[in-house]
Amino acid sequence: MLSEFRPCSEQVKPHADFENPVCACINGISSLSARLVLVTFDAMFPRTLFAFAAISILIVSCNQPGSDGIVIGEFASLTGKEATFGISSHEGTLLAVETLNAAGGVLGKKIDLLTEDNQSKAGETSNVVNKLISKDGAVAILGEVASSRSLEAAPICQQNGIPMVSPASTNPKVTETGDNIFRVCFIDPFQGTVMANFVTKTLNAKKVAVFTDVKSDYSKGLAKFFKEGLAKNGVQIVAELDFNGGDKDFKAQLTAIKSAAPDAVFIPGYYTDVALIAIQAKQLGLNVPLCGGDGWESQTLLDIGKTAVEGHYFSTHYASDAASPNVQAFVAAYTKRYNGKVPDAMAALGYDSAMILVDAIKRAGSTDSKAIRDALAATKDFEAVTGKIAINAQRDAVKSAVILQVKDGKFKYLETVAP
Amino acid sequence: MDWLLQQLINGLALGSIYALIALGYTMVYGVLRFINFAHADVLMLGAYAAYFLAPAVNSIFPLPSLTGTLIIVLLSAMICAAIGILIEILAYRPLRQRPRLTVLITAIGVSLFIEFTCQHKAVFGADTKPFPQLLPEHDFHLGGLVIGSNDLVVVVTTLLLLGGMWFIVQRTKMGTAMRAVSFNQQAAALMGININRIISFTFGLGSALAAVAGILYALKAPGIDPLMGVQPGLRAFIAAVLGGIGNLPGAALGGLLLGLLETFAGGISGLSNYRDGIAFAILILILLFKPAGLLGKATIEKV
Repeated sequence: MLSEFRPCSEQVKPHADFENPVCACINGISSLSARLVLVTFDAMFPRTLFAFAAISILIVSCNQPGSDGIVIGEFASLTGKEATFGISSHEGTLLAVETLNAAGGVLGKKIDLLTEDNQSKAGETSNVVNKLISKDGAVAILGEVASSRSLEAAPICQQNGIPMVSPASTNPKVTETGDNIFRVCFIDPFQGTVMANFVTKTLNAKKVAVFTDVKSDYSKGLAKFFKEGLAKNGVQIVAELDFNGGDKDFKAQLTAIKSAAPDAVFIPGYYTDVALIAIQAKQLGLNVPLCGGDGWESQTLLDIGKTAVEGHYFSTHYASDAASPNVQAFVAAYTKRYNGKVPDAMAALGYDSAMILVDAIKRAGSTDSKAIRDALAATKDFEAVTGKIAINAQRDAVKSAVILQVKDGKFKYLETVAP
Repeated sequence: MDWLLQQLINGLALGSIYALIALGYTMVYGVLRFINFAHADVLMLGAYAAYFLAPAVNSIFPLPSLTGTLIIVLLSAMICAAIGILIEILAYRPLRQRPRLTVLITAIGVSLFIEFTCQHKAVFGADTKPFPQLLPEHDFHLGGLVIGSNDLVVVVTTLLLLGGMWFIVQRTKMGTAMRAVSFNQQAAALMGININRIISFTFGLGSALAAVAGILYALKAPGIDPLMGVQPGLRAFIAAVLGGIGNLPGAALGGLLLGLLETFAGGISGLSNYRDGIAFAILILILLFKPAGLLGKATIEKV
């Protein structure tokens, strides 16, 4: 499915002063390099080889200068270790742009989405973002999921006065870079509070244990905000234990947790560790609800954890089975566009990031970066797939979180928690 | 009280796995006097071999079952034995007359080579794979205590293999030859012992042990990835040193002790972050007073 949009992302827009022979040459080289990049993809999607060849030829013929669309740059981790997240968010973004263009674009112009891959690598993001801004003339930048790489792009956008919207970087530091940086997801302090309230009110827990991955900033941050939330609710923390992400044996800590007899255990970790923890907790007879954050949301959690993760809870950005018409319309469109693939939270956030940016362009009435920035900052009550979004003074999205429960080997929507 | 006993059980189960891995380290060391750092990665390959064999075996002997598991373990052990022998022939044999440090560095190189080749998406990929359930699982409850059937299997297997290894080394012709090579390679060669064959056999046996340990480890924590061997491998190495490297019962003792220390340190609220720190500090103390390890014999070298 990658094949269909890849050529678009490799598109090069030569300036008007490069006239035909040079331009054709550049196009030739660009499509050649595109094909080189695609060799890696071909290994993954051999069937699409033919389509690539056909479309690469098309690029040369149709990619003439003088496109008068609005250029929006996107950087994402389409390859490398976080490719699952990057591909999801990119697919969401692309769907949003296609939907908008089909409805006539914005300000009477089409939107040109230029996508660059940072290969999940440190250092690569600054290259591609610089290119998008100075060479391609992007009026705004969208990207990305991983906070560390969004933090790399943010200072560049800030210096160039280009507004940037991150779909899913939850680290508070990202938007602290400057007044041009926005995000459409909630941040970790909110997520920690949401789970603290859920554990207190919905689960009625009086005694809670916290089991933190000391290797991960995400886990430590989330645990900190969760504990603050519990303290506010007057809930007792009976045990605080730590593990190292990548550990395989958690029985020592789980035995200690069990002997403290908590009503619930909060595990702000990533899915692989959580699955193993759930299995060993079950073996030790620790039969209380386990709770966590958006790091749980992966098919791997279910594949490894199987029945051991059944019945446990975590907070995340959106639920694909929520009843809201917005969500259902999005899920239907996404499933249709990507051959039956069900969109995850990253896809929904990618979609929202593009939608909210284009909404700001519309309200700004121009493609001037300053005007877009001001319009973004003034966003209020925007009906997004992942809930109603308002942008606050810190340029973070104020929005609700959803809580999912693992049920019958699937993630089931449980409730929405408003900020 | 329950808490203490439960930690004892957890510690023994974890320690048995370390002991099993340490057996492989110590055996190669006993014969060749160098640490085969690739041992931990052969362990990982053993787990992956079982992962890929399981669906095939499942179609003949439906899993979870004992017969199916035995077949998988045997096949994986054979595959890993072949890999171990191959590593020795390709990487270590050409360097046998070189200083020991050269071989040691090569061993680290082989280890990294396996780890990162396997992380490539064309090989296994870096993501964690769900390991299938091979054995029927049952938890035994004794009062407030829980003993998992897998933990029992681990302890029993380790004891059996330790006994088996001891028998091979002490009571068979091959074992006698191994001890002779360990004692003095040149003299052993003069006595008509085929050194290459003995060393290959040692690597094969050690790698087969690694495969069994890898599968047991994967049964305990059913998520496998190409770096799964690194942590237990490091600990088993320490366990082998603690017990007195080159000494089979020493390796088992060291493994058990390390498992227990780690479990008790890890089970203390607030201190679990320092689990490894506490365990290793105690180990350093022991080695300060017994530098040759718990069961090792100090050798005096004339200079």
